[in-house]
Amino acid sequence: MTIEVKNLVKKFGSFAALDGVDLKVDNGELLALLGPSGSGKTTLLRIIAGLDWPDSGEVSFNGEDALAQGARERHVGFVFQHYALFRHMTVFENVAFGLRVQPRAVRKDEASIRARVKELLDLVQLDWLADRYPSQLSGGQRQRIALARALAIEPRILLLDEPFGALDAKVRKELRKWLRSLHHEINVTSIFVTHDQEEALEVANRVVVMDKGRIEQIGSPDDVYETPATAFVHGFIGECIELPVQVADGVIRLGEQPLKLAADGLVPGASRLFVRRHDMLVGPPGSGAFEGAVQHVRNFGPVQRAEVALSGGETIEIDAPRDKELRAGDTIGLEPRRYRIFAG
Amino acid sequence: MGLTLSWLSVIILIPLAGLFLRSLELSPEQFWNILSSRRTLNALRVSFGLAFAAACVNLVMGSIIVWALVRYRFPGRRIFDAIVDVPFALPTAVAGVALTALFAEKGWLGAPLAALGIKVAFTPVGIFVAMIFIGIPFVVRTVQPVLQDLDPEIEEAAGSLGASRWQTIVRVILPSLAPALLTGLALAFARAVGEYGSVIFIAGNLPNVSEIAPLLIVIRLSEFRYADATAIAVVMLVVSFVIIFAVNRLQRWAQSRIPAR
Amino acid sequence: MTMQIADSVSLSASEAKARAKARAHAAAARDNLRTEPRAVRIVIIALAVMFLTVFVVLPLVVVFAQAFSRGLLAYFAALAEPEAMAAIELTLIVAAISVGLNLVFGLVAAWAIAKFDFKGKTFLITLIDLPFSVSPVISGLVFVLLFGAQGYFGTWLRDHDIQILFAVPGIALATTFVTFPFVARALIPLMQEQGTQEEEAAISLGASGLQTFFRVTLPNIKWGVLYGVLLCNARAMGEFGAVSVVSGHIRGETNTMPLLVEILYNEYQFVAAFAIASLLAMLALITLIVKTVLERHLDEGEDASDH
Ligand SMILES: Nc1ncnc2c1ncn2[C@@H]1O[C@H](COP(=O)(O)OP(=O)(O)OP(=O)(O)O)[C@@H](O)[C@H]1O
Ligand SMILES: [Mg+2]
Repeated sequence: MTIEVKNLVKKFGSFAALDGVDLKVDNGELLALLGPSGSGKTTLLRIIAGLDWPDSGEVSFNGEDALAQGARERHVGFVFQHYALFRHMTVFENVAFGLRVQPRAVRKDEASIRARVKELLDLVQLDWLADRYPSQLSGGQRQRIALARALAIEPRILLLDEPFGALDAKVRKELRKWLRSLHHEINVTSIFVTHDQEEALEVANRVVVMDKGRIEQIGSPDDVYETPATAFVHGFIGECIELPVQVADGVIRLGEQPLKLAADGLVPGASRLFVRRHDMLVGPPGSGAFEGAVQHVRNFGPVQRAEVALSGGETIEIDAPRDKELRAGDTIGLEPRRYRIFAG
Repeated sequence: MGLTLSWLSVIILIPLAGLFLRSLELSPEQFWNILSSRRTLNALRVSFGLAFAAACVNLVMGSIIVWALVRYRFPGRRIFDAIVDVPFALPTAVAGVALTALFAEKGWLGAPLAALGIKVAFTPVGIFVAMIFIGIPFVVRTVQPVLQDLDPEIEEAAGSLGASRWQTIVRVILPSLAPALLTGLALAFARAVGEYGSVIFIAGNLPNVSEIAPLLIVIRLSEFRYADATAIAVVMLVVSFVIIFAVNRLQRWAQSRIPAR
Repeated sequence: MTMQIADSVSLSASEAKARAKARAHAAAARDNLRTEPRAVRIVIIALAVMFLTVFVVLPLVVVFAQAFSRGLLAYFAALAEPEAMAAIELTLIVAAISVGLNLVFGLVAAWAIAKFDFKGKTFLITLIDLPFSVSPVISGLVFVLLFGAQGYFGTWLRDHDIQILFAVPGIALATTFVTFPFVARALIPLMQEQGTQEEEAAISLGASGLQTFFRVTLPNIKWGVLYGVLLCNARAMGEFGAVSVVSGHIRGETNTMPLLVEILYNEYQFVAAFAIASLLAMLALITLIVKTVLERHLDEGEDASDH
C-alpha cells in the first residue's frame, strides 16, 4: 500500500500544527518521521489514521481518497505512544479485540480467532503472557502487545507513534532491532515517529525530518546526515558547530575576520555556517580556514573534545582524534573537511 | 493513640456492642418469630426490594447523568453538576416534605400524574421516588472521576481496530467503569435501605404495604417492644456490614487489576 | 498504480461532487470515534437534565414556593413563633457540641491513622465509616438501648437523676455519632499524603509536640479541617432519624428544626413547616457553595504539593 499526502494543513485555532505537508510513502517501506517536540509528527500520523481531520489537503492510499473513509474503514494499525491497552482485558483479549468486533458477516469463528492471536503473540515473542493483564507487564512488553493488537486486523498500513518513547535506553535498542526484523518479516507499509535521531537513522529505509509543521527534508539516513538540505536539519541531526557568518563581495567573514573558504554561488548577506565537530581538522597555526586557542580538553573514548576560542570571537567545541594530543593554551589552525553555509 | 481508640470505642463500638448484646438476649426462636412475622417480613421486603429497584434506576440514570456532565458541553452544565450533591446536603426531613408536596395529588407533579392514573404519594411508588432522590449522588460521584480519568486514546484505539461506537462503549468503556458502577450501586442501595426521613412523609406508612423497616423499628420502640426493634435493627446492620465489606473488596480488586496510571 | 490520474485538477464536476459527498460521510464517521451522533447526544443531555430537574431542582423549589405561599408576613411570623425559635436555638446548640467534639476527635483519629502504623488500622477505618452506612434510626436505637429506662445504664441513670434520653445530651450524643466520620474522612487522605517529614523536621529543630501540631500540621490541613467541619455541621443541623428516636418530641424543649418540620407538617401547618424547612434548605445550599470553594482550595493544595 502506498500513502500519498498532499499539501496537508491542520490548524488548532490559529496555530498551524501542519503547514502544507507533502509526502509519499512507498509500498512496504519503513519510514521514520523525525522532528523536535511539537513539530506535528503525531498530528500527521493521526490524520493518516483517521483519528483527526485536516483543514485542507489530501490523503490517499494506493491512489484512493482516504479522507472519504472513517478511521474504522481505513484498516490502519495505530500503535499509541502510551500503548492505550485495554486494562480490563487480558493480553489475549487485547490482541483478539480487533477480530471480535468485526461485523458478523466477516467475523472469524472462535477457533480461528484463537489461532490467529496465538500466531501474533508468537510473532512478538510473548505467547507466555497471554493470560496476564496489561498492568502486570513491563513497558517493553506492553509496547509489543500494542503492536500485536494493531497487527491483528491485518492493517494495510502500520503507524507507530514514538513506540519506544517511554522505555529506557537499553530496551529501546533491543526493540529497535526487533522492529526492523519484524518489519522485514511482515512487510507492511509503516511510518514510525521518533524524536531520537539515532533511532530514526538505524531503523528506517528513509527518514523524514519535520519542523514547525513542515517537512524539511526527505531522504535516506545517509542523505540527511551527509547532505542536510536546510539549516534546521543540519542543526538537528548529529552534533554540530554553528557559526554566524557574513557573505559579501565573494568573501566569507566571521566577525571581522575573512575566512579562507570559497564563497562561490553563495547569496550575499547574513548566513550560518555548519560543520560537524569531527569534520574540523586540526593543523598548525595558519594552516586552515580558522585559527584559535585551545581552552580546555576532555577525553571521550577514541576522541578528544576541545573547546577552542576562535580569533573571530566565537567559542566552539571540536572532536579530534587522539593521535595528536591537544593542550590548553595551544594555538591551532582548523580546516573544515566538510561544511555547509545556509543563508539567513 | 490510646485516646483515639478509647474515644472510637466509646462512640461507636459500645453502642453497637449494646445492640448485639441485646439481640443475644433473645432466644433463636424469639428472634425467628419476630423476623418471620408478617409485618416485619413485609417491612424488610419493602425496604430492601424498593431500595434495590431505586439503586438500579440510579445506576442507569446516574450513568446517563455522568456521561452528559463529563462528555458533553451544554448550557447550565456546571450548575447541574453542582446540584447533584443536593440530596447529600439537604436534610432528609426537608427532602421528605418537599417530595411529598411535589408528588401529592395536588402537587406540581402529582396532579399531572394523577390525571394519568398514577398515584405516587402515600403508596410504595412514593417510597421508590424518595429512595431514587437520595441515591443519585452516590452513583454520580463514584463514577464521574473514573470516567473523567479514562484515557481518550483507548477509545481511539478501539475505533481504529474497527469497533463501532456502540462496541467501544459496551466492550471498552463500560467494563472500565464497572467497578465504580458497582460501588455506586452498592452505596446507593445501602443508603436507601436505611433511609428514614425522606421516605416516611411520602410513604403512607400502611403496615404490610408501604411501611419501611426503619419506621417499624421506630414504631416498635414507641410500643416499648425493644426486642422487636433490636431484631430488625440487627438484620439491617448485618446487611450494611456485608455491603461495606463487599465495596471495600471490590475497590481493592479493581485497584489491583486496573491500577491508576 | 499506473492508473493514478485522479489528479484534483482533472476532476470532472460529477466526480468532485461524489468526492464531496464521501467527505461528508467521513466527517460524520469521525464524530463517531469519541462521541455519539448528535441525536443521541441531545437525548442523553435531555434525560440527564430532566431527571435532575424532577428529582432535585423541583423539590428544592417547592420548599421555597410553599414557604412563601402565604406571603412574606406569614413566613416571618412562622419563624418568629416561640416554638420555632426554641428549635433553632436547640439545633445550634446541638450542632456546636457535636461539631466541637468531632473536630477534636476527628483530628486525633485522622492523625493516628495517617501518621502511625498499628494493628487493626483497616478495621479502625471501617469503623469510622460505619455511621455513614448505618440507618440513622439504628443509630438512635442503640442509644435508647443504652440509656433508656430498660437500657444497660437506665437504672443507674435514674438513680442518679441524670437525664440523657429525651433531653439535650441524648440528642447531642446521637448527632455526634451520626456525624462522626466527616472530619476524620476529610483529613485522613490529606494527612497521609503529607507524610511525616515536615513534622519530623520541626521536632528535629526543637519544636515541642504541641508547637509542631499548631505550626506545622494544622496550617497544612486547614482547608481540609474547614471542609470536614462544614459537612459535619450541615449533617448535624439536618439530622432527623437518629434524633427523632432519642428526642421524645417534647415541644419547645427537645425539638430540633428537622423534628419541628415533621410536627408542623403532620399538623397541616404547611407554611410554618416549610418556613423552617426553607432555612434548612438554605443551609444546604450555602454548604454546597462553600464546599465548592473549599474543594478548589483543596485541589490547589494538592497541585502545589505535587511539584
Ligand atoms: N488537540 C490539540 N489542540 C490544540 N493544539 C494541539 C492539539 N494537538 C496538538 N496540538 C499542537 O500542535 C502541535 C503539534 O503537535 P504534535 O502532537 O503533532 O507534536 P509532535 O511532533 O507529535 O510532538 P511530540 O514529539 O512532543 O509528541 C503542538 O504545538 C501542539 O501543541
Ligand atoms: Mg507526539
